[in-house]
Amino acid sequence: MDNVGVLVTHKPLPYLEQELVQRGCRIFRLWEVPESNRFEFIQKNSANIRAIIGNSRLGANAAMIDALPKLEIVTSFSVGLDKIDLVKCKERGIRVTNTPDVLTDDTADLAIGLAICVMRRILSAHKYVRSGAWKKAPYTLSTKFSGKRVGILGLGRIGLAIAKRAEAFNCPISYYSRSEKPYPNYTYYPTPADLATNCDVLVIACALTEKTRHIVDRTVIDALGPKGVLINVGRGSHVDEPELVAALVEGRLAGAGLDVYENEPHVPKELFGLKNVVHVPHVGSGTIETRTAMADLVLGNLEAHFLNKPLWTPIV
Amino acid sequence: MAMPSLELDSRYEEKPKLLLLQPINGPFKTALSQKFELVKADESPLPLPTFLSTHCLQIKALFILAPTVTVDSSLLDQLPSLGLVAAISAGVDHIHLDACRKRGVVVTNAGETFTPDVADFAVGLLVDVLRKVTMADRFVKNGLWMGKGDLPLGSRVSGKRVGIVGLGSIGSHVAKRLMAFGCPISYFSRAPKPNFPSYRYFSSVLDLACENDVLVLSCALTAETHNIINRDVMVALGKDGIIINVGRGALIDEPELVRCLKEGVIGGAGLDVFVNEPDVPKELFQMENVVLSDHRAVTTPESFKGVSELVIANLDAFFSGKPLLSPVSS
Repeated sequence: MDNVGVLVTHKPLPYLEQELVQRGCRIFRLWEVPESNRFEFIQKNSANIRAIIGNSRLGANAAMIDALPKLEIVTSFSVGLDKIDLVKCKERGIRVTNTPDVLTDDTADLAIGLAICVMRRILSAHKYVRSGAWKKAPYTLSTKFSGKRVGILGLGRIGLAIAKRAEAFNCPISYYSRSEKPYPNYTYYPTPADLATNCDVLVIACALTEKTRHIVDRTVIDALGPKGVLINVGRGSHVDEPELVAALVEGRLAGAGLDVYENEPHVPKELFGLKNVVHVPHVGSGTIETRTAMADLVLGNLEAHFLNKPLWTPIV
Repeated sequence: MAMPSLELDSRYEEKPKLLLLQPINGPFKTALSQKFELVKADESPLPLPTFLSTHCLQIKALFILAPTVTVDSSLLDQLPSLGLVAAISAGVDHIHLDACRKRGVVVTNAGETFTPDVADFAVGLLVDVLRKVTMADRFVKNGLWMGKGDLPLGSRVSGKRVGIVGLGSIGSHVAKRLMAFGCPISYFSRAPKPNFPSYRYFSSVLDLACENDVLVLSCALTAETHNIINRDVMVALGKDGIIINVGRGALIDEPELVRCLKEGVIGGAGLDVFVNEPDVPKELFQMENVVLSDHRAVTTPESFKGVSELVIANLDAFFSGKPLLSPVSS
């Protein structure tokens, strides 16, 4: 990959950056450029950029693709493709790869972990103990997780991994998907609102597409109800965020565990004071093991492309 | 004229007496009072030995509400008619089982009532520590995601080798849950458990620690298990090793734990119990790799309701000569 110009949209894992340098790539560090100057930066360097390494925050939108006539491949450091204009890539013959499977377990682990942390108030407990308050007052009750009905939006790889874990807690599993899947132990519901009505913990684990934008809206939030907990390890735009905030502040939902937000890194401050909300900064795949594996997929796909070999995890 | 019946109308039968040494309130008190006459030593101005010798020589059952009272030989000797000590907790390290057994006193505990909640909590603590959930939440709240600060990456839960110290009810439920996370399970117990052939057995905690990334402590606190987690075990567990304690604080040499965390001998800990609750070693407060909780692994409405029903059921069984539901074997 000697002298191949790679536009990296986000600050990469040090390992990934080192490996790119070692392979002789020319790295164009878009994340270091102030946002208002980024388009100019892309245009200025367009003659040299043949690859983009994108992520869940910035991939390859239409404007970027149009500005990069030499672009051959977009390797996303994510499994989600919502920040890539796939239609345009197809039109231009630009290859697209992502990082499936390697982050499935981490995302599922986090989803269940968030549910337990929210319902059992683990973060409140930690704060309580550190404050010295334990000596003065007894504990408060939290909510049992085992046996609660878990509803999953999207029964793909991540949804199935979440289901497998929740089953070990004796949680009855139900799901909504575009079509029914061959899992007789899991109850299928034909609409997200039906699913929300019939579960205690609703987990978002589907891809973000035009159809799933705001799939969790006021109707679904109302259906989930004041005893319901929402866990989002999908994309922020899956949820009508202002509606979610209002529901939590007004006590119309029992709690939420959020890994993603509509406008990252902005997180609605109204949620900060709520004991029943846990917010983490998009760390669904945030382990050293998984990010290294994702980096290996990006590198493997890039190398394969520039050596004219079959791509490892192609989407387009 | 028919003779009046000399059988006691059951409405006027005396309720069996139940001794309490600790305050009790709320719906549980109401439920107990309906079936039992509560003899409340805590409400008497008399010093306890006087109260016991005056009012409790016929007492057959004692209910222990919290581990703030130790049931030892000296207390048992003051209750010559005692047949049952009903504990509300799963752990009965505050009840001297041998002393009870010698006097023919049976002990009941919470049985398996708390098991799912404690197992869930142990898993929650582990995910929190490995994935830095508490730390990440604070990072967001402090506005650091907006800035240039980086949150350190967490470590995968899936695939971590988990060693369970004590494969009883709680331990086996933790094992089942973590297996679904893709964690290979092994355990230390007094003897191998034939019901769990797929879990690898280790006959020493030191060996268990050598071969695992995580230790979950879910055994009873006894003379044998006191400080079972000592420095050698922590060194064997290693610098990336995590300890999750939902058993009893004294299973771990607590000052040594603090030292090992400070020195990086182990990688982190999730602790729900401490040697001298509610005192928690302050050095733990600032450690980012430690998650603390206030002995709340059982505090759900379901567990509380379940255990109050179980205590009443055990007392009913005792007073009607039926088998107890959750006797503790010593």
